[in-house]
Amino acid sequence: MKARYLQVLAFVALVSAIQLLTRVTDSAYHLTQLTMTAYYSVLIIGLCMLVGYAGQISLGHAGFFCIGGYIAAFLTTHDLSMHKGKPLVALLSKTGILASRPDLYGGNLLTFHSWAACVVAMLTALVIAWVIGGPVLKLKGHYLAMATLGFGTIVYRIALGTTLLGAADGISDVPPFWVLPGIEISGNASVRVMNYYIAWGLVTAGVVLLLNLIHSRAGRGLAAIHGAEDAAEAMGIPTARYKLNTFVLSAVFAALAGVLLTHYNGGIGPSEASVMKSVRYLAIVAIGGMANLWGSLFMSLVLNYLSLRGYFGTYDDAVFGCILILIMLFAPEGLIRRSILKDLKRFVSGGVAEETGP
Amino acid sequence: MSLLSVQDLSKRFGGLQAVDNVSFVVPQGAIKALIGPNGAGKTTLFNLISGVLRPDSGSISFNGGTVQGLMPHEIAAKGIARTFQHIRLFPKMTVLENIMVGRHLHSRAGFISGMLNLPFTRREQKEVAAKSRAVMEFLGIAALADAEATSLAYGQQRVVELGRALASEPKLLLLDEPAAGLNMRETVEMSALIGRIRDLGITVFLVEHDMSLVMNISEEILVLSYGQKIADDKPLAIQKNSEVIKVYLGEDNAAN
Repeated sequence: MKARYLQVLAFVALVSAIQLLTRVTDSAYHLTQLTMTAYYSVLIIGLCMLVGYAGQISLGHAGFFCIGGYIAAFLTTHDLSMHKGKPLVALLSKTGILASRPDLYGGNLLTFHSWAACVVAMLTALVIAWVIGGPVLKLKGHYLAMATLGFGTIVYRIALGTTLLGAADGISDVPPFWVLPGIEISGNASVRVMNYYIAWGLVTAGVVLLLNLIHSRAGRGLAAIHGAEDAAEAMGIPTARYKLNTFVLSAVFAALAGVLLTHYNGGIGPSEASVMKSVRYLAIVAIGGMANLWGSLFMSLVLNYLSLRGYFGTYDDAVFGCILILIMLFAPEGLIRRSILKDLKRFVSGGVAEETGP
Repeated sequence: MSLLSVQDLSKRFGGLQAVDNVSFVVPQGAIKALIGPNGAGKTTLFNLISGVLRPDSGSISFNGGTVQGLMPHEIAAKGIARTFQHIRLFPKMTVLENIMVGRHLHSRAGFISGMLNLPFTRREQKEVAAKSRAVMEFLGIAALADAEATSLAYGQQRVVELGRALASEPKLLLLDEPAAGLNMRETVEMSALIGRIRDLGITVFLVEHDMSLVMNISEEILVLSYGQKIADDKPLAIQKNSEVIKVYLGEDNAAN
C-alpha cells in the first residue's frame, strides 16, 4: 500500500483516539468545538492546495466560506409557502428540491431542501470563483493578496448591509442538514458523536482527494508552476488554467465548509466573512508549512480548537496576526517539517557559538 | 524541407530594436546554430519562437502552420520544446519528477481524474514514469532518478533540463546556450549528446557561445548582430565571412 494511504489511516486513528479520550474522561462537550474545527479544516486543506501547491495567495477565502454559508442559510430558512401556487415553486416542491417542515408555532415552512441548498451554494461559489479568478490570478504576490482581500471585504460588506440576510445579526434558526434518513448534521447534543465522525470523515475524504491530486499529473503541473512558471509553460502546461482550477477548487472546499458549519451551528453571521478570518486561515496554512497538507491540517486542528475553546480570549485575532508575522519572519517554511529538530539544534548551537565568540 | 520558417520578424523594446527584420529557415532534421555577440538578440529570437514574447511584425511558421501569437504552452503542444540559458528546473522535485513534467503533453489526466485516482490515471502514471526513465537511460542519468534536481552539479542539471525537453518528444528542440557553465569535458559530452538527439530525428536549433561546439556539430549557422541577420551559411563559409569576422574580432583585425 502506498505511504499516503498509511498516513490517512494514522489520521483516522488519531481522530478516533481523540473521541475515545473524551469518552473516557467524560468530556464529550469538547467534541462540539472539535466538530467545528473539522469544518474549518475543510477550508484550510483547500486553501493549502492553493497557497502551498499552486503558489497563489488568497486573503478572500472567508468570503467563499460565507457565500456557501449564507446561501445555505437563506435557502433553508426563507419560507416559500405563500408562493405555493406559482408554477416554479410548485415544480420545485414536486421534484423534492423544496421540502416542508413544521415551524416553532405549528405552521408549515416551505424551504429548499438542505441538499439542494448545498448544491446551489457550491455551484454559486464555483461560478463566482471562476469569474473573479480569471482576471485576479493574472496578478502576482502582494497585488494578488490585495485583490483577494478586496473580494473578501466586498462579501463582508454585502453580508453586513443586506437586510434580507439579517444584516449585522446574520441568519439564525437554520435547520439541520438532512443527509440520509437518521443522519443529520446539527449541533444537537444527542447526535454529537455522530457529527464528530461525519465532520472528520469529510475532512479525511477531502485529504484523500487532495493527496491523490498532489501525486497526479495535475499536481506535478502545479508544483512545476510554483517552482518555475516559465519552464512549466514551456513544457505545455496551461499555467493560467491550472491556477484558476485550483482557485475554484479551493473556493468550493471553502463554500462546502461554510454550508456544513452553518447547519451545524444553526446560523451564520457577517463576522465569518471578516478579513481577520481570512488572515487566520492563511496563518494556519503558513504555520503548517505551506506546501504541507498534513502540517496545515494538524495546525488547523490545534489552533482552531484552542481558539474555539476560547483559550486566546479577546486576543483571538491578535494571536493569529502575530502567528502570521512570526512565521513569515522566522520560519517561512512553517513549523511542521522534518528538519525542525535539526534547525532547533543549529539555532541553539549557533547561539552558543555567538556567546563564546570574541 | 524546412521545419521552421521565420519571415521578416521584428521586436522592439522601447528604443532598442532587439530583432530587426530577420528571416531564416531551419531545415528538417538539421542542427542549426544561432551565434552573435552579447546583446545581438539571440535570446529574444528564441523567446519569440517559443511564444514567451510576441513579435511586433513578421511571421513564424512551423511544420506547415503559423505559430506566432500563440501562448507558450500552445506552441509547446505543436512540438517545440526548449531549454533555458539560466537553468529552470523545478525545485523540490526529483529528477524523475522533473522529467515526468516533460511528459505533460503526452498524458491527459486532469484535476478530477487526478483527485479520484481513476484506474486510467494510474495506468497513465505508470506509463509516464516508464517513458521518463527511458529518457534518463538515453541520457545516462538513470542513476540520478531520485535525487533532488536542483541539488545536482551544474552540468548534470543541464542534462536533466535537456531530458525534460526530450521527454515531450518535440519535433524542434530549442537549446539556449546548452554548454554555458560546462567545463571542457562536459562540453564535448554535450556536443555528442546533441548529435545523438539529432540522430533520433529531432531538429535542433541552438544558441551557443562555445565555438568549438558550434563549428563541430552544426550544419548551418545563423549570425545576428544588433538584431540583424548578417550571415546564414555553412560553418566553413561562416569562418571565412568577413562581416562575421568584423563583428567578432573588430574592424582592425578584419582588415589584416
